[in-house]
Amino acid sequence: MNSGLAPDTTDDAPFDDALLAARLFIQSPLAFGGLVLRGSSPARDALLAALGEAMPCRKMPGHVDDERLLGGIDIAASLAAGKPVETRGLLAEAAGGALVVPMAERLSEAVAGRLAQALDDRQVALILLDDGIEPDDTPPPSITERLAFQCDLSQSRASQAPALVAVPGEVAPLEDAALGALAATAAALGVQSLRPLIFASEAARAHAALSGRVAAEQADLEAAARLILAPRATQLPPMEEESEPDQPEEAPPPPPDSNDTPSDNQQQPSEQELKDLIVEAAAASIPPDLLEQLTRGNAPKRAGTSGSGQKRKSGLRGKPLGARPGMPRGGARLALIDTLRAAVPWQGIRRREAGADPNAPILMRKEDLRIRRFEEKAARVTIFAVDASGSAAAARLAEAKGAVELMLSQAYVTRSEVALVAFRGEVAELILPPTRSLTRAKRALAELPGGGGTPLAMGLNAAREVAHAVRGKGRTPSLVILTDGRANLDAKGQPGRQQAREDAEAAAKAIAREGIDALVVDISARPGREGSELAAAMQARFLALPRADAKTLHQAIGAVQKVGEAA
Amino acid sequence: MARFPFSAIVGQDEMKQALLIAAVDPSVGGVMVFGDRGTGKSTAARALAGLLPPITAHADCPYGGSHEDAQRYPEVCGGGPLRKRAVPFVDLPLGATEDRVIGSLDLERALRSGEKGFEPGLLAKAHRGFLYIDEINLLEDHLVDLLLDVAASGENVVEREGLSVRHPAKFVLIGSGNPEEGELRPQLLDRFGLSVEVRTPEAIATRVEIMKLVAANERDPEAFAARWAGEDEKILKQIARGKARLTKLEPDDELLTDAAHLCLAVGADGLRGELTLMRAARALAALKGARSVKQEHLIAVAPSALRHRLRRDVLDETGSTARINRAIEELFG
Repeated sequence: MNSGLAPDTTDDAPFDDALLAARLFIQSPLAFGGLVLRGSSPARDALLAALGEAMPCRKMPGHVDDERLLGGIDIAASLAAGKPVETRGLLAEAAGGALVVPMAERLSEAVAGRLAQALDDRQVALILLDDGIEPDDTPPPSITERLAFQCDLSQSRASQAPALVAVPGEVAPLEDAALGALAATAAALGVQSLRPLIFASEAARAHAALSGRVAAEQADLEAAARLILAPRATQLPPMEEESEPDQPEEAPPPPPDSNDTPSDNQQQPSEQELKDLIVEAAAASIPPDLLEQLTRGNAPKRAGTSGSGQKRKSGLRGKPLGARPGMPRGGARLALIDTLRAAVPWQGIRRREAGADPNAPILMRKEDLRIRRFEEKAARVTIFAVDASGSAAAARLAEAKGAVELMLSQAYVTRSEVALVAFRGEVAELILPPTRSLTRAKRALAELPGGGGTPLAMGLNAAREVAHAVRGKGRTPSLVILTDGRANLDAKGQPGRQQAREDAEAAAKAIAREGIDALVVDISARPGREGSELAAAMQARFLALPRADAKTLHQAIGAVQKVGEAA
Repeated sequence: MARFPFSAIVGQDEMKQALLIAAVDPSVGGVMVFGDRGTGKSTAARALAGLLPPITAHADCPYGGSHEDAQRYPEVCGGGPLRKRAVPFVDLPLGATEDRVIGSLDLERALRSGEKGFEPGLLAKAHRGFLYIDEINLLEDHLVDLLLDVAASGENVVEREGLSVRHPAKFVLIGSGNPEEGELRPQLLDRFGLSVEVRTPEAIATRVEIMKLVAANERDPEAFAARWAGEDEKILKQIARGKARLTKLEPDDELLTDAAHLCLAVGADGLRGELTLMRAARALAALKGARSVKQEHLIAVAPSALRHRLRRDVLDETGSTARINRAIEELFG
């Protein structure tokens, strides 16, 4: 037994796991793609420092442009030198080593696409430093999918990391039984993609090498499942014997010998037993919020709730504005005329300075360069807040759902996004974060149950928070609130009509203060004055849902959006 | 990393069939692959490009143009002796700007010598090969428009920044995406010739098999490639024979009627569906070495050719594939 797995474990489980992940990673960085280290903490800094000692690491700022990343002509240097000056890109400079990406959750899709290609070509490994706080604030899934290890160090208290050393050693390819156990574990955890499986089998071998073994055994498989499969779990493993459906029918029967003490290395556990043990090991390190996320109906990570592609950069298209000084890179286009205009007045002086002859071509400098600017209209996100309480459900919930579906298909054509908040009983929850996916929206809506009290204030507050977040991402929210207005639970979920009404009014006024476009749709059987009062407090438009006519509702929503766009 | 051999890809028969059809008859239009990450979409596309025999191109032509290209586009193509080169495979990164895709003013030349020159973009690079776009559903709409337009016309026309350039850009467009993360507009979807749905294999045995193959390729790519060279060669011959046979196959009236009935039954909008259905059936027949295009070929390609063209019914939960299979069942029993 040797060195690689020195017993410097602490009682800090996340840190120990991250440390192990880092050790496995440096065994063969390019095969593993890299690590995601989530949460800014001294532990992460320490680990990063240790990684930096163990292998060449280069820092890559998130705003890096294509020229710098891929190399090419250095415009500024070329102008100064009067001949093309080539630069090497960061990817080439870091080839074979690792690129460290700070603030990875802010990484633009453009850069993410480049990095994903570099990962596929095995050019570099990546160490993503993910400082996201919200659960859906994660690096682009196109990259995290390609990195073997994901470690959360936000809760870690460690401040020192031991030196990391790669341990050479040849480890035999995994046996079929071991591969089968990993595959079954992945199935039990709901890990669909094949990449994690491939990573896991490599990790098991690397772990064996670290322990000085020539063949992977159970402990190696467990570590691989824990480090690679568990963080990607989208479901909890079925309890006990319920796991049969995950097994192929021709699964080998367990060997007759039932002496299955795991410590006995001579005794090969059957594939089924092996799988159970690995699942158990992996289950122990499934992210604590998985259950919560699952009950909320979000399959974490896989569906990519952060929705790559939502962070749209403006400034590359849209209505042209004036030009401003800057370098034509990162997609910004050169404004040729403005550039020339900026350079012309200085020609006399520059020629004299440079001693150039008067017929020389125009002398350009970096500061002459002008780039075009564009004004892009912020994308619209329509947030539906649906009252699914008992009173509303009894009346018109089905019709309201129909209206929302119509809207969804409209949003699908105009490419705006939708989000869905539902409130009933003692909860108001974001059922569907802003998405363009009709499939997901439809499913979320169809699964929406009805019943319970009406926590109107809660619903409004939740909707306002979503709108706020949408604004934070530079898009324009508009609210559509479908309710009967008969609040009977207050902002804390306590019963009491009077308090409930007051809270709802306060929540409505808060929406008005933020200046969010809103529409209140009264879905009660006999529209009373509650709905219109609510709309007035919110400074929203009001509409009593016409009977069985979802189209009218749809038109009304369209009108609200037009008003919003004109503003 | 070395390209994975096409013949070593486990399962995913529909995707492989669609790619081979596109290789035999590029006029079928691009292939759209729906599916989750890590199901071997990009592996298959790359593998196909790696499999195809090298093309001959003028050595100094920035577009990798052939002899015919040089005659058709004398002002941009040609130059240098004809040389063999690998079939291009361009992986379009998600954040690519319009400039990089269609090409732009050669900035360096403009600033240095005041000359107006054209710097070819990714479309030029993909000429005579494959343009692969992962997560095409997240690509900006105007770029998707542009790509589909160029893919259909085989020519990139640039009129911007005082440039006026026309160059050949014939390529097979392969898009992939996960509908859970945003969808393509129906207008755009319709312009893809074929679409396939890939799912991650569920059977443990299949997954183990894949893990073993990938690990073997990882350990010794050369030996792995050698092991599969024979199989790859077979596919290559199949494609070459299919191409030769393609022109000789002409679907008869009965088959055309069948195609029309099928499109009507599933409610596929537009004529494009019928055209693609016929072309794909013909390409499949050619690929299989059949003497004529038969109903079985039509049925085999129908899901790929029509799946993405069905009118969307917001309230109908039945999947497109199921609707097509139902219609086939009813029509042809």
